Amino acid sequence: MNIMLKPSSAEEVLLPAADIPLESLDVSDPRLLETNTWPEYFKRLRDEDPVHYLPESPFGPFWSITRFEDIQFVDSNFKLFSSEPVIVIGDPDEEMSLEMFIAMDPPKHDEQRRAVQSVVAPKNLADMEGLIRQRVISILDNLPVGESFNWVDRVSIELTTQMLATLFDFPFEERHKLTFWSDMATSSPEMTGGTTSKEERFAAMNECAQAFIKLWHDKAARREAGEEKSFDLITLLQSNEETKDLIDRPLEFLGNIILLIVGGNDTTRNSITGGVHALNQFPAEYDKLRGDTSLIPNMISEIIRWQTPLAHMRRIATEDVEVNGKTIKKGDKVVMWYLSGNRDERVIENPDQFQVDRKNARHHLSFGFGVHRCMGNRLAEMQLRILWEEIMQRFDRIEVVDEPKYIRSNFVKGYSDLNVIVHPKK
Amino acid sequence: MAKITFIEHSGEQHCVPAGDGQTLMQVAIDNAVPGIDADCGGGCACGTCHVIVAEQWRDKLNPADDNEQAMLSMAPEPHRGSRLSCQVQMNEDLDGLVVELPEFQM
Repeated sequence: MNIMLKPSSAEEVLLPAADIPLESLDVSDPRLLETNTWPEYFKRLRDEDPVHYLPESPFGPFWSITRFEDIQFVDSNFKLFSSEPVIVIGDPDEEMSLEMFIAMDPPKHDEQRRAVQSVVAPKNLADMEGLIRQRVISILDNLPVGESFNWVDRVSIELTTQMLATLFDFPFEERHKLTFWSDMATSSPEMTGGTTSKEERFAAMNECAQAFIKLWHDKAARREAGEEKSFDLITLLQSNEETKDLIDRPLEFLGNIILLIVGGNDTTRNSITGGVHALNQFPAEYDKLRGDTSLIPNMISEIIRWQTPLAHMRRIATEDVEVNGKTIKKGDKVVMWYLSGNRDERVIENPDQFQVDRKNARHHLSFGFGVHRCMGNRLAEMQLRILWEEIMQRFDRIEVVDEPKYIRSNFVKGYSDLNVIVHPKK
Repeated sequence: MAKITFIEHSGEQHCVPAGDGQTLMQVAIDNAVPGIDADCGGGCACGTCHVIVAEQWRDKLNPADDNEQAMLSMAPEPHRGSRLSCQVQMNEDLDGLVVELPEFQM
């Protein structure tokens, strides 16, 4: 059951950005993404007050960084801007303060990240390409033709969930639990403006913890019984000096599991959906793609920029620091709005246009910059590339037939519904 | 003008001219050397311009600062000669510099 726990501002009507006094413009309102009204709000901040302080909000006082170059400055300076204790705008629950390496500073961050990053490192991706392609083909070949269906459920969620199950060596028939836990983890009203109650979230996190504790012990037992070492995230954690006893540190164990699930879930899922949506909004670009499918790799970077599946990351200033003329005080909360930086006219030409052949398309903020840069970036790009290669083989057009429905959150920028009809090639 | 040799993972060599004051990354981009993504545009923030400097040249370059070392520590194929090419400054004394490209960028 989802209950509507709304931050107080959400009780009020959403005004056009131009009608709100600059000093009280609140870009943390989770309805901005849900109603797709965020672009004008962030444009106003970029133009009029790019480093903006909001003294009061349901998430407490915070600074908004909205231009590309300022975001890059903050993101690349882990000494000035700490990622602890969490990387979303709202503060963590006292009762369940999960620890994960995305929300740790070096050197602890480095140890834990190094333990798992090889599973998605480029060297291992070549081995996964065949499997991913096989699954993509199976998903696409089973889509209903000539009738409307929700692309989010049938393709975006299905593909990313299958991939997650493989990365964890998680029981394949139970894979949908992974998606459920991920959705629960990111939808706390207090942390991201989502709609999942605390009880519901705690129950899901507990279930997730139990399942992974069992998986951990199962895998350890199988290895002891002589089974060959498999190549998956759990086995890697068990084989690394820094993380082999992670199971004895429950909040850190669960935190890092959740991090890896969320990292591979919402992000790729919403980029898969966003690409279909973008090509429908910009039909001339769809024509361009049909005319030259060698544009696919470049288009993938453009999709990831245009969608920006994670809207923000937050930091805490570790000392007084000046950013673009404003002094941020030690201890202040600083939110880097990636979705705004990726639409910054100062760095990206015609940023609201989706252009499959955009020059320098890799120059975007969606993976973050600095030591916390996305570690699954190459896997994400590969999944999207294979998907679009296979889509273009089969379908003349994926037609969006309804207005999309978006998620209520200030963190996950994504879709719950995108109804489409697929038109196979003649 | 200094000449720099980039060696791709496949072994293919690119001998290209470097302007004084350029970064090694800029030299690669200006001369369309493949295998350097430079996603962040030269800000020591993405790790996608990783190169491996030939041994005899390592101590002739400006040293890597803390930020660069932090980024390099996450490289999938770290090597003793690893550098982010956006942080290596060119000068006349580097004429003949040889760097290899890793098989994959981060």
